[in-house]
Amino acid sequence: MTRSLLITLSLAGLTLLGWAGLRAVQGPAELQTLRLLNVSYDPTRELYQDVNTAFAQAWKTRTGQELNIRQSHGGSGKQARAVLDGLQADVVTLGLAYDIDALAQKGHLLPEDWQSRLPHRSTPYTSTIVFLVRKGNPKGIRDWADLIRPGVAVIQPNPKTSGGARWNYLAAYGQALLQPGGSEASARAYVAALYKNVAVLDSGARASTTTFIERGLGDVLVTWENEALLALNGEAPDRFELVVPTTSILAEPPVAVVDKVAQRHGTTEVAKAYLDFLYTEAGQRLAAKHHFRPRLAAVAVHPFPQLRLFTVDEAFGGWKRAHETHFKDGGLFDQISALR
Amino acid sequence: MADKTPLSLARRESPLIRGVVTALALGYLACFLVVPLVAVFAEAFKQGAAAYFKAFEDAETWRAIRLTLFATGLAVALNTTFGLTAAWLLGKFDFRGRHLLTSLIDLPFAVSPVISGLIFVLLFGAQGWFGPWLGDHDIRLIFATPGIVLATTFVTFPFVARELTPVMLAKGRDQEEAARMLGASGWQTFWKVTVPSVKWGLLYGVILCSARAMGEFGAVSVVSGHIRGETNTLPLHIEALYNEYQFVAAFACASALSLLALVTLALKAFAERRRDQSLNQETAP
Repeated sequence: MTRSLLITLSLAGLTLLGWAGLRAVQGPAELQTLRLLNVSYDPTRELYQDVNTAFAQAWKTRTGQELNIRQSHGGSGKQARAVLDGLQADVVTLGLAYDIDALAQKGHLLPEDWQSRLPHRSTPYTSTIVFLVRKGNPKGIRDWADLIRPGVAVIQPNPKTSGGARWNYLAAYGQALLQPGGSEASARAYVAALYKNVAVLDSGARASTTTFIERGLGDVLVTWENEALLALNGEAPDRFELVVPTTSILAEPPVAVVDKVAQRHGTTEVAKAYLDFLYTEAGQRLAAKHHFRPRLAAVAVHPFPQLRLFTVDEAFGGWKRAHETHFKDGGLFDQISALR
Repeated sequence: MADKTPLSLARRESPLIRGVVTALALGYLACFLVVPLVAVFAEAFKQGAAAYFKAFEDAETWRAIRLTLFATGLAVALNTTFGLTAAWLLGKFDFRGRHLLTSLIDLPFAVSPVISGLIFVLLFGAQGWFGPWLGDHDIRLIFATPGIVLATTFVTFPFVARELTPVMLAKGRDQEEAARMLGASGWQTFWKVTVPSVKWGLLYGVILCSARAMGEFGAVSVVSGHIRGETNTLPLHIEALYNEYQFVAAFACASALSLLALVTLALKAFAERRRDQSLNQETAP
């Protein structure tokens, strides 16, 4: 009897020891330097690596304080879910406003009017949806209408799992709607035909890029402009061509301080300064360098293609309505998927 | 002679059939095991050895390796303690709930790792059962190191117990009974008779458990939060690198993980042989 008690006690002791060791490992770093966690979506990894270095430098010059900014990337919706479940994000920089709305409504982590707290509806940089085709454009793809021709294999992610893919879907639907003589019925027919042509429906934007570029599947990749330009400038400039449609959506990936978490960490001030930095000339230059469209037109290092851009508000009456009609369970996307 | 029947039956088949079956089995192995392994190393060294070793200069990579080894170490320690106890109970005693315990030990095998991860999020996440209480006391399990250890432990839970139970059963209770008759205490019997008699089986279980813990992806992915340089284990770090088009670095890390696996495999083969030998010594007339 005493023996089993002894074993139990020593086991409990061991566990406690391990726990203490863990705290010791994590402890000191927290005291010395200020830490900030930016929870972001997939295609911003390279951008925020640069922003973090630049801002940490600026912050140190201004306050003398050492700043350690950590980043986490994944599908926008999945990342929002993780923050709701307790991922300690001081700031979120996600793919679409709907995901930050969820943090406000379901988690009460920030006020519901968060989007009016920063200029340009809390979107320091924008992007749009364009096409990437194989060198020489063998299928002759010029505009949206060409994507639904028989025999064209389209690669794009799944709007049910990927925030970026919702921009794809809304761009396709919106441009059909805004065509001369376009209607809800013609837009619906267009997206149904488009998703019928999709060869691989990946779970996220980056996965689709890998499918198209590395695995060599499909004739056309429908993706973020920044993602297409990154692929063109980095991996394989001479194997692909950019095709810019006449009309597309103005994709607005917003940013916000997660008030509740930042208050608990005492990082509200630095979190705000971090997001403000994105609007400064230095921040805007970095956005442009990573192929996001800056709000300050003067800092665009290379001219972005000209095309007609419409917003979610113009074509769909906001994200909430767009979600209700198109993406919720049993919505339009589910209906056209059932037809596939 | 009797137990050699299957072999002689096989010998009676025509050489053609034997050849075809052997070729099929080896071809299958080559396709699914050898070719991918070679591909991992080929991709890793695509841009030369310098680029390969540069991948290991990254602080985030080292943090991922340390975290993986830490989680594996803790998970193996916990599961070894539990597995030894459980196998001892199941192998040496009859008690009510014996079958229930056996089934429960197998539970993590039956549950998909992603579901196991989600279970922890549902329990300890900010919106989970214990989330608010943990939050109030500023204890973070999910999206931090403890959550990763927890998920790894859960997924690798059955290995030691599953491996040891049959060995304990095969050894029987004679030696323990003799020890007790000669006046040894329960504690002495356990450490001086039971544990040494199963040591190779134990080692085998520990190795399997470590191998599984190091490679765990699904459950850890759900509870990690993917904070770079902090909560990314080696498998998660490899995925992140791959998604960033850093293919050489991704495959270099993958090759490190493969090397760990190969070392484990060699150790496993060794432990397996010793275990079988020690079992055969017992059963030999």
